[in-house]
Amino acid sequence: MIDVSAKPILELRNVHKSFGDKRVLRGVDLAVAPGQSLVIIGGSGTGKSVTVKCALGLMTPEQGDIHFDGEPVSNRNMLDTIRRRTGMLFQGGALFDSLTVWENVSFALIYRDRVSRGEAKKRAIENLAKVRLPASAADLSPGELSGGMQKRVALARAIIAAPNLIFFDEPTTGLDPITVDAVNNLIVEQVKALGAAAVTITHDMASVRKIADEVAMLHEGRIIWRGPVTALDNSGNAHVDQFVNGRAEGPIQPAI
Amino acid sequence: MTSQFVPLALRPFQLIGRTVLGGLREIGRIATFSGRVLAACVTPVIYPREVLRQCIKIGYYSLPVVGLTAVFIGAALALNIYTGGSRFNAEQFVPNIVVLGITRELGPVLAGLMLAGRVSAGIAAEIGAMRVTEQIDALLTLSTKPERYLYAPRVIAGIATLPLLVLVADIIGVLGGWLVAVGALDFNGSLYLRNSWSFVTGNDIWSGLIKAAFFGGIISLMGCYHGDRSQGGAGGVGRAATLAVVGAAVLILAGNYILTSIFVRIGL
Repeated sequence: MIDVSAKPILELRNVHKSFGDKRVLRGVDLAVAPGQSLVIIGGSGTGKSVTVKCALGLMTPEQGDIHFDGEPVSNRNMLDTIRRRTGMLFQGGALFDSLTVWENVSFALIYRDRVSRGEAKKRAIENLAKVRLPASAADLSPGELSGGMQKRVALARAIIAAPNLIFFDEPTTGLDPITVDAVNNLIVEQVKALGAAAVTITHDMASVRKIADEVAMLHEGRIIWRGPVTALDNSGNAHVDQFVNGRAEGPIQPAI
Repeated sequence: MTSQFVPLALRPFQLIGRTVLGGLREIGRIATFSGRVLAACVTPVIYPREVLRQCIKIGYYSLPVVGLTAVFIGAALALNIYTGGSRFNAEQFVPNIVVLGITRELGPVLAGLMLAGRVSAGIAAEIGAMRVTEQIDALLTLSTKPERYLYAPRVIAGIATLPLLVLVADIIGVLGGWLVAVGALDFNGSLYLRNSWSFVTGNDIWSGLIKAAFFGGIISLMGCYHGDRSQGGAGGVGRAATLAVVGAAVLILAGNYILTSIFVRIGL
């Protein structure tokens, strides 16, 4: 059971972020308990990826506080600590083209933790097995892999250093329904095996139902609803209802 | 927004002001970026495997293009000097002027310009593609700074390999002049080489190699800077490559003049 009363591993308080005149985040408040799987849903361009990038220090918010494991993220050392204790699976995989699959998976071990290349390759192959990829894939380059395999390699890279918190940015975008289910199963399995918390961004409602303990809806730069995944169909919120049921009519204007 | 309140007569001044401020901002950004990368080149952590990989990409794979450029420039230079020298009955100075022109000026400048096209554009495109596909964000989340893992190895490789390429270009350029002089201008081959060797000084060669090291740094830095700033997909990556080539070429030519005036002043 997840102890939601426990100190959050990640907490965003009143986070604001703009790009020129466009105010993307207008006071995001979000907390994730250790071991909890939170899925953020919301229309395109509502700031879901920006929220995650602010949490990881890839973007600097103009206003608001971010706390990791109870400590405010206020300097480079704390940012480094966050990055050492988190994993991230990017939307397109973001695998390094110039490196082989095993070098991608064990990148943090080789370049950050100074593990020998022999040991790093061994651990990379172990982690590839965890995401159902054969050892023969280790020496391939990312360009030789299918989209689903690339996502698995990115997942193996995200979990290799046993992080306490993993971010997934649209992990199943562009995959066929069967591969989507397979990737979702792997995400649930590996996050549970690590006992890590997870923050996932997705538009795919099948993924939400499979991955989430809790769901938060981001709209116009604010979290407008949050609840357990079991309450998703009876949220009592017109925005959530429209999004969950995929209707063009409703309070949310389609982004076209 | 504010332009509608500016009287028509003052609009040209507004445009000049904006352009100057934009230019100054860009210079500031390039200087800050270069400072960060150069600091990463001389402080730990340095990744030797990456430096070696870049030395091969930047140096070894550029040998054919630099060699071909040098041989044709040496040949054309010999022909031009012979034609010009014949007006003063000074044809015998062809080997001397060819070797001086190649080592002090044409070797480093033309190798630099060729590499500005080949290497600077390549670096900008590669790093630009990494930027737009979030690979650079991925590096940061893996606690690895791009200036250490991506940029410093390329700049170190540029600074280290361009002088070696120019040394090769010097030799091949002289050989190009020799081929034309012996084949078409009835020079004695061994005498031509002896004249070249006895005329050229260590200072001539060193001044070209020092220039080459500077140009190598400029080429890599421009590629890294414009690649790092690229945004907006394939179009942005293409724009970054173009800006890197133009920026590197202009800085090489301006830097060449500045370095030459310094060398002349200090007697190098």
